[in-house]
Amino acid sequence: MRVKATTGLINSRQGLEDLRRSLTAGRDPNKTCIAICTGTGCHAYDCMGLVAAFREEIGRQQLGDRVDVTATGCRGFCERGALLTIYPQGIFYQRVKSEDVKEVIAETVLQGKVIDRLVYADPHSKEHFVHQEDVPFYRKQQRLLLGNNNRIDPTSIEDYIRIGGYAALGKALFEMSPEQIIDEVKESGLRGRGGGGFPTGRKWESTRHAEGQPKYVICNCDEGDPGAYMDRSLMEGNPHSVLEGMVIGAYAIGSESGYVYVRHEYPLAVANVTKAIRQAEEHGLLGENILGSGFSLKVKVSRGGGAFICGESTALMASLEGRVGEPRAKYVHTSEKGLYGKPSNLNNVETWANVPLIINNGSGWYSQIGTAGSKGTKIFSLVGKVNNTGLVEVPMGTTLREIIYGIGGGIRGDKRFKSVQTGGPSGGFIPESMLDLPVDFDELTKVGSMMGSGGMIVMDEDNCMVDMARYFLKFLEEESCGKCLPCREGIKRMLQILTDITRGRGRDEDMALLERLSGNLVDASLCALGGTAANPILTTIQYYRDEYVAHIRDKRCPAGVCKELISYFIIDEKCPGCGLCVKACPKEAITFVAKKKPVLLDQERCIKCGACRDICKLGAVGVK
Amino acid sequence: MAARVEAIVAKFDGDKGQLVSILQDIQEEHRYLPREALEKASQLLNIPLSQIYSVATFFRAFSLEPRGRHLIKVCLGTACHVRGANRILERAALDLGIEAGQTTSDMAFTLETVNCVGCCALGPVVVVDDTTLGQMTTDKVVPMLERYRQ
Repeated sequence: MRVKATTGLINSRQGLEDLRRSLTAGRDPNKTCIAICTGTGCHAYDCMGLVAAFREEIGRQQLGDRVDVTATGCRGFCERGALLTIYPQGIFYQRVKSEDVKEVIAETVLQGKVIDRLVYADPHSKEHFVHQEDVPFYRKQQRLLLGNNNRIDPTSIEDYIRIGGYAALGKALFEMSPEQIIDEVKESGLRGRGGGGFPTGRKWESTRHAEGQPKYVICNCDEGDPGAYMDRSLMEGNPHSVLEGMVIGAYAIGSESGYVYVRHEYPLAVANVTKAIRQAEEHGLLGENILGSGFSLKVKVSRGGGAFICGESTALMASLEGRVGEPRAKYVHTSEKGLYGKPSNLNNVETWANVPLIINNGSGWYSQIGTAGSKGTKIFSLVGKVNNTGLVEVPMGTTLREIIYGIGGGIRGDKRFKSVQTGGPSGGFIPESMLDLPVDFDELTKVGSMMGSGGMIVMDEDNCMVDMARYFLKFLEEESCGKCLPCREGIKRMLQILTDITRGRGRDEDMALLERLSGNLVDASLCALGGTAANPILTTIQYYRDEYVAHIRDKRCPAGVCKELISYFIIDEKCPGCGLCVKACPKEAITFVAKKKPVLLDQERCIKCGACRDICKLGAVGVK
Repeated sequence: MAARVEAIVAKFDGDKGQLVSILQDIQEEHRYLPREALEKASQLLNIPLSQIYSVATFFRAFSLEPRGRHLIKVCLGTACHVRGANRILERAALDLGIEAGQTTSDMAFTLETVNCVGCCALGPVVVVDDTTLGQMTTDKVVPMLERYRQ
């Protein structure tokens, strides 16, 4: 898909449009292009091996002038990787392996035949879908932000420009005043996608009006929420869209210096955004005198060090200054005194990526999408015990049921849905009775959870809600920076109580005690980490009280998770005595008796590691 | 070592604000943060060693101890947790005879946990060096370690 064109420093809006025209003209729309997903999920399926195999085979058959191979960003349907699409027909293949390469070229590329085996088939209806847009997982989404990941090589600025990239920047710089841009963003109703949901336009406005120079713009890609990875996919798959939003924002705010803060666990995102910045500078879309407008912006990349708290704005800024990432009280907002004590505007990756859409299409168009209080689309990372795991982008207000069942294809296996957790460690658990809840900032808060950055973790009957609450408290205990006492000590004590409950040492009064400590934590913590840390506990007590009671009074874990309260056993009538579990057991707790006789499990030796249950495909290992 | 630290600090124009990135680069070379390297960085950046120490111990990405030839990181993000990541960790710990955060005595493996690597759709996930392994099960753990043991 890459086209050689005269590129270099562009010094006018016209120059950008000329380049776009030449890039489009230099490209044959009918040339076959194999676009392979190379998002991080697909890396685990060896997508890079697949790209290499296609390139090699195309070279071997001398098809280079007829077929292009493009490595694109994440397509979101990570469950079914490795993914590829063959253009111009738009044939969508999933679970593709290097062994399939020869066949794909021989059958599909050269003869136009569809290979049934590689086409997505719905597990319930068995219906086959040749085109990506027809697959139920995609059909019900509105992929305004993620959609372009399909179409471009994230390391090519030409690809981004060809599909209309940086047009919004041209419009903003040459047709709009900073105030008009801020008004447009305010009227669009865009709210911060990092979790807080603060109106973006208002944040920009207060930074613009704040006293002090220089002013900073910061992109928060410290996606620390466990279970969320949409920022990663945007940054890896379409970094220029984020940069374009940042340049527009910086112009509106009056900032000439920017930072992109990326967590170090995302090396590909670091590489792609670093490359994107260099390319944008070479093209005059970043750096001095952008597009000849007289406006300049320098952007640097900074890597995080693996601390969840650094997603909090003041902690992130401390880390950007080379200090320990501890937050401060925010009676003075960062828009007034942020990085190095100067006015600073921090937005999340997804928020920045929305900006070019709003400038291009207008606030009127944007504000029609979504609900009264939450506009636009939101990307969710739909993961856990759901069939179609991956990234899902839907208009605000889509119901949980539509996301989990309509797009996610329901629960894995024949298990029963138990809960969906949104908002990361600051969020809460939502029960089955609330599945028809429309998802937006306000509705989620009403039920005790929150939007957060968009993690959506689905749990089934095999997940224990007390264990889940304990999991989040353990996470927060490790990630608490230790600066304020309520968070440092409070979370530790609450974790202790929860641990006791999961080990059969719970007391009747524990639930009330947890609720009381939760209140203290909310009232007295310095930052949102402590302030919201009680949500996982409060929502599990509220919606899954019976599970707490089972642990505390009956010393029983109904889901079969809490080790101290469970034991494994062999279901004799299902066990054919194959001996797989005997080999899998690390403690020699299972003895082989004879072929076709059930094996014997020694409870004394069993360490409840679950290896036998994992390996037995016949379901002959039970847990009680 | 001193010359390499100088090169890294120069790459960031001696910007104190880039301390975390500078430490990342030093760690990339040595797989941990050797004291001499930190002393050199302190001198070059004009940041007290105590302050560098506080940053190096605050962020979990950094290690002040030498690490093994292979770094096994078991993801304990929520999506991995609900699919049994703990059992993966326990199995690896049992086989290696160490706890998370420790290194085997032959310096072959360091076992660590990480709170989400952003491959949530593939959970449970284990990252060995730079390779992400998805959809792990307990029975895949020992063969995986065997592959890296040679």
